[in-house]
Amino acid sequence: MSLASPTLDTGMTKQLNTTPGTMRQAGGPLDIETVVEELKELPQPVGRPLLEDPKYHTRDVCVFYNETKQAIFNVNLDIGRNEVIAMIGPSGCGKSTYLRCLNRMNDTIAGCRVTGELLLDGENVYARSQDPVLLRARVGMVFQKPNPFPKSIYDNVAYGPRLHGLANNRAELDAIVEDSLTRAGLFKEVKDRLNLPGTGLSGGQQQRLCIARAIAVSPEVILMDEPTSALDPIATGIIEELIDTLRQSFTICIVTHSMQQAARISQRTAYFHMGYLVEVNDTDTVFTNPGHLLTENYITGRFG
Amino acid sequence: MSKTTEIVKAGLARRYARERRFRLFGLSAIIISMLFLATLLFTIFNQGISGFSQTFIKLDVVLSEDLLGVGPGATETQLRSANFAAAINQSLYTLFPEVSGRSDKRNLRKLVSANAQYRLMGLVIDDPDLLGRTYSGWFLADDDIDTYIKGHVDRSVPEAGRRITDQTLGWIDRLEAEARLEKRFNTEFFTNNDSREPEQAGILSALAGSFYTMLVTLLLSFPIGVAAAIYLEEFAPKNNWFVDLIEVNINNLAAVPSIVFGLLGLAVFIQFFGVPRSTPLVGGLVLTLMTLPTIIIASRAALKAVPPSIREAAFGMGASRVQTVFHHTLPLAMPGILTGTIIGMAQALGETAPLLMIGMIAFILNTPEGITDPATVLPVQVYLWSDSPERAFTEKTSAAIIVLLGFLVLMNLLAVLFRKKFERRW
Repeated sequence: MSLASPTLDTGMTKQLNTTPGTMRQAGGPLDIETVVEELKELPQPVGRPLLEDPKYHTRDVCVFYNETKQAIFNVNLDIGRNEVIAMIGPSGCGKSTYLRCLNRMNDTIAGCRVTGELLLDGENVYARSQDPVLLRARVGMVFQKPNPFPKSIYDNVAYGPRLHGLANNRAELDAIVEDSLTRAGLFKEVKDRLNLPGTGLSGGQQQRLCIARAIAVSPEVILMDEPTSALDPIATGIIEELIDTLRQSFTICIVTHSMQQAARISQRTAYFHMGYLVEVNDTDTVFTNPGHLLTENYITGRFG
Repeated sequence: MSKTTEIVKAGLARRYARERRFRLFGLSAIIISMLFLATLLFTIFNQGISGFSQTFIKLDVVLSEDLLGVGPGATETQLRSANFAAAINQSLYTLFPEVSGRSDKRNLRKLVSANAQYRLMGLVIDDPDLLGRTYSGWFLADDDIDTYIKGHVDRSVPEAGRRITDQTLGWIDRLEAEARLEKRFNTEFFTNNDSREPEQAGILSALAGSFYTMLVTLLLSFPIGVAAAIYLEEFAPKNNWFVDLIEVNINNLAAVPSIVFGLLGLAVFIQFFGVPRSTPLVGGLVLTLMTLPTIIIASRAALKAVPPSIREAAFGMGASRVQTVFHHTLPLAMPGILTGTIIGMAQALGETAPLLMIGMIAFILNTPEGITDPATVLPVQVYLWSDSPERAFTEKTSAAIIVLLGFLVLMNLLAVLFRKKFERRW
């Protein structure tokens, strides 16, 4: 199977789109392990990984844990402005690891090393001169498990603005808190108990509180690492709607295990497999006409 | 019946018997330790409670000018040189007019503790109007009389075999009949310093010494211990041989016999740095060394117990490492850290051995007023008294132990309260 295509022009991308298609039709009892082996030869993900004027421009990103274990291999991906990009893939495929490179959260993990080029608006994220504090003020993050601080709801949302000195007085801070909670769709529910601990809220409310906390500093990008995996379907629905409205103002990268969720909320979808970025394309294309056998197997539920 | 059911049924009885046996072991272990504790507490309280009371004799002291040598309107300086002993003695002679002869009179004078005249002097200095009048009040009895009143002297023993003569016993009987002898709560136990006379001995100097020593220990060990724990837990590189070495050493330090710390203090602090010996300063330094591992280990455990999601949230918001620690991790770990600190301090409060090595075993007659005054501490006071020959010191020893235990229980209670009050759940 010849997938070799080192150049990045669109013609080649098209060709890439078709080749696995034929492979799929040849189909039959194809050995998955052989296909996985061939991932190493894949120079460029199937589909449309690169964009004009992206928010994030990442090339050849590799992540190592403790020098011996490589978690992700040569990921080339652009993330567009004001788009929701979903990252899907089986457990341990490196999607969360990749996400955590985007705001250097991997810095806090001992023995973790990132190589390659990661540019946010043309600025190197991993440059020595890049301040992780400033970076994380620009790139907010929402985690899998709702993790509000054990402080009041108000203090949770006000933490970021206070930390970075975004409000000059109490009135401004109040306004930021109210605005953030409103945008996170939580203000109506909690406006009478802003001084009660955020940990006393329900799981879905806690996660929206975390989103409010993240948007309170007006970041440019919000990273979400399986934000709804600990929530029930109703709370998930509310958060998905929220993500759709937040897209107006932010670039959102979301890691999810739920393919339906990826299909519902994202414009682009990236499929990771065993540390390789296999396929990136418009969400509709990925789910209706996947370009790679592994993607197809995953979205049709044959594994993962 | 299926095969599985049969096999399981056959083994059930044995399984439950084993469970019952295990529970019984646990229960008996608890009962045995409770029995030991109860015995210990019973013995100490049984002996010690009487140490808080002391026998007093009621005397009618005539404060006349010809006895004291000073009259109404005397200045304080004059009062300080007045002959209050004569007034006390005269009141005794008046009670027992039939006593004559030098040795009998001397024995009679011994009924009252030697400090009666100073107490009287203090009373008159506070209220000079007493001069020229008769003051009737309660004065400490001698410790032999106190021992008798508390029932530790057997009258049936021949006179030569006891510290108290038949003659004195007769006087005591008469005083008792006149209701002039009474066991009362001894406030002087808390306001006096150590003394060779058991009835006058008190724990004030030891309390003050313990207080200053604990103050030095707390002020040094808490910040150093918590800072070390924060560094090791939050900042130190992981999987680094040097950090591992430090960790191993801290854990070993916690197991070093405390007397070794005393020797170290003697060699380093006193010999090398010239810190004055017998002082709360050097005691506090030595106890700091001893308490540090406890605080570091407890603080690290408390920091480790803070869920990593809180740290992630803070990092994700753009907090620096120091901000993450001081805004989130440390406040959340504080209850655990305080509990560890209090338990470490309680350990230090009860420590004797290392303090013996640095001269805190002195006989202290003055209440220490600072960290550089010679001092002793409560457990050392207990040790000193337990070593004294007088019978009356036995109960003083137990009384001091009760005070010490009281403080320890109080500190542990505080630790529990802190944990209960500030504990957070996620």
